[in-house]
Amino acid sequence: MKTYIRPMSGWWKRNPFYLWYMLREASCVFITAYALMLLWGLYRLQQSRIQYEEWRESLSSPLSFAFHAFALVLVVYHSWTWFKIMPKTLPRMPLPDGLVVVGGVAAVVACTTALMVLI
Amino acid sequence: MNTITIECLRYHPESDAEPRFQSWPVPFTDDMSVLQGLQYIKDHLDGSLTFRWSCRMAICGSCGAMVNGVPRLTCETFLRDLYPGPVRIEPLNHFPIVRDLAIDQADFLGKLQSVKPYIIPDAEPQGTYLQTPEQMERYYQYSKCINCLLCYAACPQYGLNDRFTGPAALALLHRYNADSRDAGKAERMEVVNTEDGVWGCTLVGYCSEVCPKGVDPARAVNQNKIESTKDYFFRFFRK
Repeated sequence: MKTYIRPMSGWWKRNPFYLWYMLREASCVFITAYALMLLWGLYRLQQSRIQYEEWRESLSSPLSFAFHAFALVLVVYHSWTWFKIMPKTLPRMPLPDGLVVVGGVAAVVACTTALMVLI
Repeated sequence: MNTITIECLRYHPESDAEPRFQSWPVPFTDDMSVLQGLQYIKDHLDGSLTFRWSCRMAICGSCGAMVNGVPRLTCETFLRDLYPGPVRIEPLNHFPIVRDLAIDQADFLGKLQSVKPYIIPDAEPQGTYLQTPEQMERYYQYSKCINCLLCYAACPQYGLNDRFTGPAALALLHRYNADSRDAGKAERMEVVNTEDGVWGCTLVGYCSEVCPKGVDPARAVNQNKIESTKDYFFRFFRK
């Protein structure tokens, strides 16, 4: 039987749902870059206080500020997407899906606030 | 009576090297579905237009198509909601086109068979099976699947790799694994555990959005990622 199979090229541009999905996946690149930058800071810290201060100084450029602001937006979006689908990935819970999502987000907000107060 | 333009993807394997679009103006009333629009074309404008349909009430799962780029059952999508149009109808994405809007379902049917979508009892049944409402609740939503394949048309992972078992077959696999009357889980885990089983899913999640029956295949697939992980590690403790 002769059939026709349509090509998949550009599939992610065909539907806004796929665009948001691809943004979730692509945000990993920036999150990884941010994590590596922090790790580099830790490495410099274990070398000496002077080298740690040099690392901090290198982050004060406008380019670095723009990168951090952009990475923060992507981290927030990335985290939100995973909290949104969290109920699908958990074993059966005696709670409505919405409450699981709200609970996860509330826990993050509480932990972040506690850390900011403590540090 | 209003008129709306319906554009259909046409493909006749005996004469076409690749698909092409053809448009018709279709008069419609407020109660007409997209399926009825297609039937109007076939009855009055072009008898060669090929599409599948049967029940006209979102039960049989035959009339799925891409309506303006979204997988829908054409029998429960109304022309009034798409006015002024045009309405673009294409065969379900990710499946080979046999003719016009008719796709080749053979790949899915093979996958459906592979998940053993029936109860495998552990012993010869002795009388009536008893099941509590809570036990039924564990699988009930997955039993509503009508095999319409909208979820496959929504899943880019299936489009990119047709070896992936896919949303509906995995949801039905879960439906039987979650049934208290079933004892066939070990047999089905062979399908779950493969790279083309649940691990082929990257949780795009669109399958659950487009399901016309409220089934949540993304949940079934991801519940089975937990089961697959348990199955992998707990094998060390089994005799």
